[in-house]
Amino acid sequence: MPRLQPSSTEPRPWSQQPDQAGRFGAYGGRFVPETLMPALGELAAAYDEALGDPAFQAELDELLEHYAGRATPLYEARNLSANWGGARVFLKREDLTHTGAHKINNALGQVLLAKRMGKKRIIAETGAGQHGVATATAAALMGLDCVVYMGTLDMERQALNVTRMRMLGTRVEPVTSGSRSLKDAVNEALRDWVTNVRTTHYILGSVVGPHPYPRMVRDFQAVIGREARAQILARTGRLPDALMACVGAGSNAIGLFHPFLDDPVQMIGVEAAGLGLATGKHSASLSAGTPGVLHGCSLYLLQDEHGQVTEAHSIAAGLDYPGVGPEHGLLKDLGRVSYLTATDEEALEAFMELARAEGIIPALESSHALARAKDVASVLGSEAMVLVCLSGRGDKDVAQVAERLGARLEK
Amino acid sequence: MSVSIDQAFALARQEGRSAFIPFMTGGFPSPEACREIVLALDGCGADVIELGIPFSDPLADGPVIQASSKQALDQGVTPASVLALAAELSPRLKAALVVMTYYNPVLRMGLQRFAASASQAGVSGVIVPDLPPEEAGPWLEAARGAGLDTIFMAAPTTPPERLEVIRECCRGFLYYVSMTGVTGAGLNVDQELARGVARVRQGSSLPVAVGFGVAEAAQARALAGLADGVIVGSALVKRAQQAAGPGQAAEAVGALARELAQGLAQGPSV
Ligand SMILES: Cc1ncc(COP(=O)(O)O)c(C=O)c1O
Repeated sequence: MPRLQPSSTEPRPWSQQPDQAGRFGAYGGRFVPETLMPALGELAAAYDEALGDPAFQAELDELLEHYAGRATPLYEARNLSANWGGARVFLKREDLTHTGAHKINNALGQVLLAKRMGKKRIIAETGAGQHGVATATAAALMGLDCVVYMGTLDMERQALNVTRMRMLGTRVEPVTSGSRSLKDAVNEALRDWVTNVRTTHYILGSVVGPHPYPRMVRDFQAVIGREARAQILARTGRLPDALMACVGAGSNAIGLFHPFLDDPVQMIGVEAAGLGLATGKHSASLSAGTPGVLHGCSLYLLQDEHGQVTEAHSIAAGLDYPGVGPEHGLLKDLGRVSYLTATDEEALEAFMELARAEGIIPALESSHALARAKDVASVLGSEAMVLVCLSGRGDKDVAQVAERLGARLEK
Repeated sequence: MSVSIDQAFALARQEGRSAFIPFMTGGFPSPEACREIVLALDGCGADVIELGIPFSDPLADGPVIQASSKQALDQGVTPASVLALAAELSPRLKAALVVMTYYNPVLRMGLQRFAASASQAGVSGVIVPDLPPEEAGPWLEAARGAGLDTIFMAAPTTPPERLEVIRECCRGFLYYVSMTGVTGAGLNVDQELARGVARVRQGSSLPVAVGFGVAEAAQARALAGLADGVIVGSALVKRAQQAAGPGQAAEAVGALARELAQGLAQGPSV
């Protein structure tokens, strides 16, 4: 069990990140072909300008409230607490947003930015399909052309989301290279962007990629933590003891954590251990990877001794990525955030437990956070509070889980 | 010992032609066949030969080089094995030898160690397409320390201020990317490209080689009047892919290389 962070008056090395070059300590930066470098500079400038424009924030806030359904509830899961026999458990209900996951927060922010930059065409990558659906939704709303790259393995296991994207008028481009999942979809999206950079904005779905993406996506997702902080203070009069979130490439986790970084609150990210860390079939880049460069930034990466990126595995398509965003690398090295893992099997158990105990079917991604939240909550006293990001709902996973659990479902 | 990049361009200039710069994925279609291909390219008039160190996620490359990289990796090709091949071949080559790879394999081996091994292998220069000047400080130091030329790319989207920054880091030649796109896409040698090349040649003595999408002798010929060098990758890799077997690859690649070299030597038709 990681220790609770003592409050301190020392300088806080995690504040004011990233620097001008997009560096979070040793991580981040901009490692892309020259063709994209000017576009990234323009994007960073347009984003800075938008940040300084109250009209931009007002338009985004309006969409977040009336279109996406924010603020999302902070729900106290009393049955879960009773089952676990420890701390009070609060769920930040990102699953209740329009389109069903936190991904919409970022997609709306970026699509407004794309419009502001005069881009007519949107591209995105997707793993679980949640970012793809969020982007397809935002593009439909704004009347922009949209193409989403998706590995064929993910198209099989997240078929519902493929249909949703198509209904929304998006073209889903199947990606057959490599592991046919999220990593390869990002490669293909970047190749499209290199080719069509003058007309196209790439809506990257997590806190990875070249600067300014890790910062910009974090800022758009930080609404999760800002709301959660205000909600728990209003409700209980104090801060929670621990925050927990699943970590794929890291956006829902950093979105929840970031507004609490200077608070005396313990934070725990949960990576996918897949079939188990020892099997090598997992997606636990922070727990079992090493620093490297992929998809435009320096980050913790699953790679072999020759610097070839190795294939990630997780039952949750949205966690099936061999890297974790640069800011998490820094927070890990500083010891500010702890990173644990949960296996496919543990995630499935947590998925079923939340459904049966609270009547909420979570995304398989979010189920990883729940699986470890159980351990954390059960060792803390009943006065303690654990706040878990329920990053998405499980509709997309129903067929996959039913197939996996088979007869076990019938009782 | 193979020649330096400067010497290779100087020779082509003396002969009144653009330099011919073929690319081949290291260890493709098999480690043995790749050796024969490099020797064939050298015998067909290559001035500089680019040997690729395959990477799992080649995001600047189109489907042809992606597939060749995967095939090489599946056969156990590593950065060290490609550098060993370079070491074995470089003493026998007339052409200058450069290596092209992505940043992660370089980082993983260690910048100093990579630079030293490449230099010892008779490699004259290194191209890392996902390493822009802003991030290149440590690599420049390691590469310069080992006497390697650091080749950088400029693109049609590169504004004038950036071009200056790129030139400052760039040694050997400047790699001008012919279009916004990935390797192997269809190329139009048109006015826009001509203006782009002229723009990056102006005001600098650094030779400029154009690459991405050059596939045929006619295109090479058209580019001959515009650039100091012409780079051909995917089209040659495709020939090796389409050969009846690895044993026939060198001959198939050599046939196209000869046409391309002749096109360049003839120069633009008037
Ligand atoms: C519901 C849900 N949670 C979490 C993730 C993982 O992404 P991140 O780590 O960026 O939050 C995804 C990705 O698709 C998702 O759909």
